[in-house]
Amino acid sequence: MDLATVWFLAIALLWTGYLVLEGFDFGVGMLLPSVGRDEPGRRTMINAIGPVWDGNEVWLITAIGAMFAAFPAWYAAVLSGFYLPVLLVVVALVFRGVAFEYRGKIDSPAWRRRWDAAIVGGSLVPAFGWGLVFANMLRGVEIGADGVVRSSLPDLLSPYALLGGLATTALFVLHGALFLGLKTDGPVRQRARAAARRAAFVAVPVVGGFLAWTVHDRGTGVVAAVAAVVLLLAAVGCAARRREGWAFAATATAVVAVSVVVFTGLHPELLPSLVDPAYALTVADASSAPYTLGILSAVAAVFLPLVIGYQAWSYWVFRKRVHVEAA
Amino acid sequence: MDALDLARWQFGITTIYHFLFVPLTIGLSVVVASLQTAWHRTGRTEYLRATRFFGKLFLINFAMGVVTGIVQEFQFGMNWSAYSTFVGDVFGAPLALEALLAFFLESTFIGLWIFGWDRLPKRVHLATIWAAAIGSNLSAYFILAANAWMRHPVGFEVNPETGRAQLTDIGAVLTNPQAWSTYTHVLGASFVVAGLFVVAVSAYRLWKHHDQDSGMFRRTLRAGLLTTVVAGVVVVASGDHQAKLMAQDEPMKLAAAEALWRTEAPTGFSLFAVGDVEGSRNVVNVQVPYVLSFLATGEITGEVEGIVDLQERFEQQFGPGDYVPNVPVLYWAFRLMMGLGGAAIGVGVLGLWLTRRGRLPRAGWMYGVAMLALPAALAANIAGWILTEIGRQPWTVVGQLLTAASVSPGVSLGEVAFSLTVFTLLYGALAVVEARLLWRYVQAGPGHVTPTVEPGARVPAFTY
Repeated sequence: MDLATVWFLAIALLWTGYLVLEGFDFGVGMLLPSVGRDEPGRRTMINAIGPVWDGNEVWLITAIGAMFAAFPAWYAAVLSGFYLPVLLVVVALVFRGVAFEYRGKIDSPAWRRRWDAAIVGGSLVPAFGWGLVFANMLRGVEIGADGVVRSSLPDLLSPYALLGGLATTALFVLHGALFLGLKTDGPVRQRARAAARRAAFVAVPVVGGFLAWTVHDRGTGVVAAVAAVVLLLAAVGCAARRREGWAFAATATAVVAVSVVVFTGLHPELLPSLVDPAYALTVADASSAPYTLGILSAVAAVFLPLVIGYQAWSYWVFRKRVHVEAA
Repeated sequence: MDALDLARWQFGITTIYHFLFVPLTIGLSVVVASLQTAWHRTGRTEYLRATRFFGKLFLINFAMGVVTGIVQEFQFGMNWSAYSTFVGDVFGAPLALEALLAFFLESTFIGLWIFGWDRLPKRVHLATIWAAAIGSNLSAYFILAANAWMRHPVGFEVNPETGRAQLTDIGAVLTNPQAWSTYTHVLGASFVVAGLFVVAVSAYRLWKHHDQDSGMFRRTLRAGLLTTVVAGVVVVASGDHQAKLMAQDEPMKLAAAEALWRTEAPTGFSLFAVGDVEGSRNVVNVQVPYVLSFLATGEITGEVEGIVDLQERFEQQFGPGDYVPNVPVLYWAFRLMMGLGGAAIGVGVLGLWLTRRGRLPRAGWMYGVAMLALPAALAANIAGWILTEIGRQPWTVVGQLLTAASVSPGVSLGEVAFSLTVFTLLYGALAVVEARLLWRYVQAGPGHVTPTVEPGARVPAFTY
């Protein structure tokens, strides 16, 4: 296996880490109004992800940084080609990050309500946006011989891409609801259970539909797609039996399986061309030189395990269920 | 106006805005960690109160640094895709290293610090803030190495087949003299900002609130002043080194920053000039003789190249084109950086003298001056970046890639205009919010953030 392929896998791994981890905190953010009905409820939910969401987001920063370093042409084509969706995602992430930090800083219901809206929107837009972007990467874009993406916004809103956005949104809502069931106590835990049941009704068919469409178009990832759907059903089953740890582990693995479908579908064409298949951006022509990839590999081999180690430790430190008493 | 102009405005606005928060994060992380260390060592509640108080202000600022940093990482690809494709092999590497080595550390451990007060042993909890501070300080190195490479590209070759820059020596990129010199300069400037932030807050509390914390704030005031002066020495020394590197690697930037039109030896340092840019001459120019020669070359009679001669040399080297950056902007940015930065450091020295041996100034205006040093230092920082970035024009990568060739070809004027509007409005609104929050917490004082703590008792976590 050549280094470019290794780095394609590394980037797939970074994105997968991001989607698994920030997936649940996006889910928690989207569920804020429905599961956290009162202030203690919302505080409980936010404190459940408080210690870890920032560290989760760095998986995205690293994934994008690694795309820049290892596949400059891919990084450039995706971010400039999907300009408006990416812009909305970035703005949403700005609002969201500030909202977590600022909502509790002034003791006023109106102040908190505004930041809560920022958390909901800031979680919903990226959850949908990343699904939309990856679906468009799978579907292909108007990219010509010069490597410039010329797709306009309506091109990016095809039924397939919209279904992709819905799939990640629904998946993360379910993932987040199960996380809350695992990590909280009291009324939030009760409501999270009900929310997980409702979310599953949407997530299973939508994710299943998107994966079926993807497998049909790309001809790869059948096993992972089936596994994803089975895992989602298993998650619902475990949740119903109050095996919350298993349920959350199952959706986490389901997110991994979805990611496997996406990245096996992409390889070796990072960005297929709708103009002419020959113009597709491939792993081979988008990658950096072996020297750069070698250095990145050495650094990642040493530090990625370390990062995973201390992040795991931070989850261990905050392993207790979160519960906020009503004032 | 075309997409290029707007993309440049957007880069300028988002970068300057980002850099309002970053120096404070870099410096204040160490200040807060030091305060907590002092608490750990002495067990004095006063240090715990100071840690919690400045810790709260630190977190309010930290959030802004993080979220505006995300915008930066995406912006290269969104607005500057041609640049990104050309340099990704070289420029992307330090960025990826920054995320992997520094951001993970910073973000994970800041979470542990915020929520770990009552969950971690004291010693381990202290280690978490140091880990976050190391992450903050380390991240600056990588981004500055990337920036230094744009000004003085080393350790690469352009692949003739792909037309893209290709890394050949990562060691050269990471030990680029411009990289470590800029790092020293920016780190020094960051600690000046953080020191003066502590000074401004402490001065305000001492001046307006004669509360039970005046002993504590006198202490933090002195600590802030000392930080400012020590860091100020670093800024001046590294600034001198930067000028010499500028003469060597970016002579046009230096010439423009000095409004030096013709090559001269020896040449004086300009204090005040009124220029005629079209006519390539200065109408008025008040100079201190020999100083520029000394700054640029280390010898009082050294030769410094002028704008007109450099333009001729570059035309021969790179072909026809305008290689002169915006002279008035650079000239005044240079003076603002040195003048305001020098004044801010001067306030530090003066403050240390005025507060010696248990004294505190009586006169209210002295506290006012202490508080004004903070915006002065921030303005000096911004002027420094304007000098660095505008001075690099018309290049994004000096001698390799023109700014005009760096912009995203597939992105329309409307798209950039839209995102520029969104960011400007968003950043404006967030600035108001952040200022309001900082003000509120400074007003509330340390009593607000710290309940009376018995020695050995558990301290509740900061909550969202």
